[in-house]
Amino acid sequence: MLLAIDWLFILEKFALILIVVMGSLVIAMYATYAERKVAAILQDRRGPNRAGPFGLLQPVADGLKLFFKEEIIPDFSSKFLFILGPALAMLTAIMTGAIIPWGDKVQLFGRDIPLQIADIDVGVLYVFAVVSLGVYGIMIGSWASNNKYSLMGGMRAASQIISYELAMGITMIALILVTGNLSIKEMVLQQQHGWWNIFYQPFGFLIFLICAFAECNRTPFDLAEAESELVGGYHTEYSSMKLGFYLFAEYINMFVSSVIMSSLYFGGYDLLPFVDESKWGLSANWMALIGIAALMAKVVFFLFFFMWVRWTIPRFRYDQLMNLGWRVLIPLALINMLVTGGVILYLHK
Amino acid sequence: MGITTIVFFILSAIAVMSAIMMVVSKSPVHSVLWLIAVFFTISGHYILMNAQFLAIVNIIVYAGAIMVLFLFVVMLMNLNVESEPMKNYRIQLAGVVAGGSLMLVLLSALMKTDKLMVQLKDGDVGLIRQLGRVLFNDYLIPFELSSVLFLSAMIGAVVISKRDK
Amino acid sequence: MQALTNRLKQVERKPMSLLERMYLPAIFKGMIITFGHMFKKRPTINYPEKTRPFSPVFRGLHILNRDEEGRENCTACGLCAVACPAEAITMEAAERKESETHLYREEKYAAKYEINMLRCIFCGLCEEACPKDAIYLSETFAPADYQRKQFIYKKEDLLIPNPITDPEGYKKAAGNRVQLNANK
Repeated sequence: MLLAIDWLFILEKFALILIVVMGSLVIAMYATYAERKVAAILQDRRGPNRAGPFGLLQPVADGLKLFFKEEIIPDFSSKFLFILGPALAMLTAIMTGAIIPWGDKVQLFGRDIPLQIADIDVGVLYVFAVVSLGVYGIMIGSWASNNKYSLMGGMRAASQIISYELAMGITMIALILVTGNLSIKEMVLQQQHGWWNIFYQPFGFLIFLICAFAECNRTPFDLAEAESELVGGYHTEYSSMKLGFYLFAEYINMFVSSVIMSSLYFGGYDLLPFVDESKWGLSANWMALIGIAALMAKVVFFLFFFMWVRWTIPRFRYDQLMNLGWRVLIPLALINMLVTGGVILYLHK
Repeated sequence: MGITTIVFFILSAIAVMSAIMMVVSKSPVHSVLWLIAVFFTISGHYILMNAQFLAIVNIIVYAGAIMVLFLFVVMLMNLNVESEPMKNYRIQLAGVVAGGSLMLVLLSALMKTDKLMVQLKDGDVGLIRQLGRVLFNDYLIPFELSSVLFLSAMIGAVVISKRDK
Repeated sequence: MQALTNRLKQVERKPMSLLERMYLPAIFKGMIITFGHMFKKRPTINYPEKTRPFSPVFRGLHILNRDEEGRENCTACGLCAVACPAEAITMEAAERKESETHLYREEKYAAKYEINMLRCIFCGLCEEACPKDAIYLSETFAPADYQRKQFIYKKEDLLIPNPITDPEGYKKAAGNRVQLNANK
């Protein structure tokens, strides 16, 4: 029975997983570089430009530095959980990549290889599940540090993520009402030839965007690591590569949420709205390449947007954050859902 | 023995072990973490039954929301072995009796099932389409009632937070 | 209470309008401002590759000057050490031997000449005190180092390159200031 497995299939998926994981790591690495460069440019500075041409080797140097730093585990922390924290943060950050359709399909050695690791029919919910698990890495790490500032940071992160997940979920319901589907692949396919979902759900996208900022712990919602109040937030006690994992996880989360936003609202690997690209008569491999490039262009824009917002808006206060989440976004998301449902009901009559 | 069966037994072993560890471990935070492990293995079982929707929802609701709140409370209270008051002997006995009778009930219910209830790997009851059909045809009124309940709870939370102004 | 000055300004505390309470227009405005900064000229100078020009009166590290034949000008008269307000200069004099006429211009020369750059305040009084055109403040500054003793510059560190064997090095080390003062 064991031999009945399609070994080529396993190999193909394994290669895809390797590419996706390595790809998101590299992109996260260069996102740190981009963050510093964008910050510098927005503030009339130059940014890293010493390591390699234009400072392109800077992330490599940073990574090496993190690896060679001394690793400190506080005496009174619980050691296993202290190590588990950053590992979980990294794991949950990478896991989301599994259900994202990176492109249509490529033909290699006479096989059609879909550029998606797993097309499960509850893709959107999977994203939610992984995002809601992401908070464990922060909570466990912060608690295991045995440090008040860390714990405060972890608690803030947890309450923030739980609060904004609600609004995010309700906006998602509105989107699901429009698409009638939970699979991300199906959603992307629906947007291939016609309107992107952003045209149906502009308001929902706005709420989703704000929630994505909160879920990624990005400025203006980065209270979990508010260095003016909490030293370093949840990673106060961390050093060396364990700190690096936390910081990396943040950038991978940013990358993944950019991909999710592009896939759900901006047509995923669709190059242009209203244009049927398949009529151009290009081979499947070229189409896949164009698709990946289109998706990456959208992702790069969103990553830039994340950074642009970070260097524009100051941090929210904790009560303002909670007010925004509970008193503004959730009612707005509910109204959005009801209006969407009403319109769909009216159109189907 | 197919690969599904092997995975089933591995998952079951992890689930039972995690459940035991949850009860046995002294630190409440560790208990909560073991419980999360149990939820994950149960989600794994759902996936073995091809019930992806149930698996994901189990993770979102239990591991992702409820256990986060549990962990939140446990961490903030900073419960330790030292700070926990010694339980009364009688209360411990009552706990043992209550837990034992629950196990008896579960065991007897399990003994009565004469046929294989769960279809591994190929079942489609847990898929979202089937589930939606069942929910909106056979159980429409309870489903709607519970969703109204949840909605009113959420709106209630918003209203309560607005009232203190 | 009477105001001391007429600069008092009443802070407006009227409630925000709906547009203001939505925050988004204000955020959008701010983002346009930050985006505009992408196209501004950067005032940064890439330091080691490009340096800012020194002003002609800049006083940097000292150099001990030579004449056109490459002989040291210094006669170890000690006027610079006396003039130095920070007491950074020490020297020991020696008599020139018959075989050393090509090395030293006059009969007495400095066998040892040290400047403690940690004490030096780069005031330029030594330069003014020198009757022999022997010491100048050049257009470089003392580089950082790990040990204090590295900052005590010996005669070898201070001497300008020989204009006969190394004319380019001489010109570079002399800079504008030596010529400027020589023409005075």
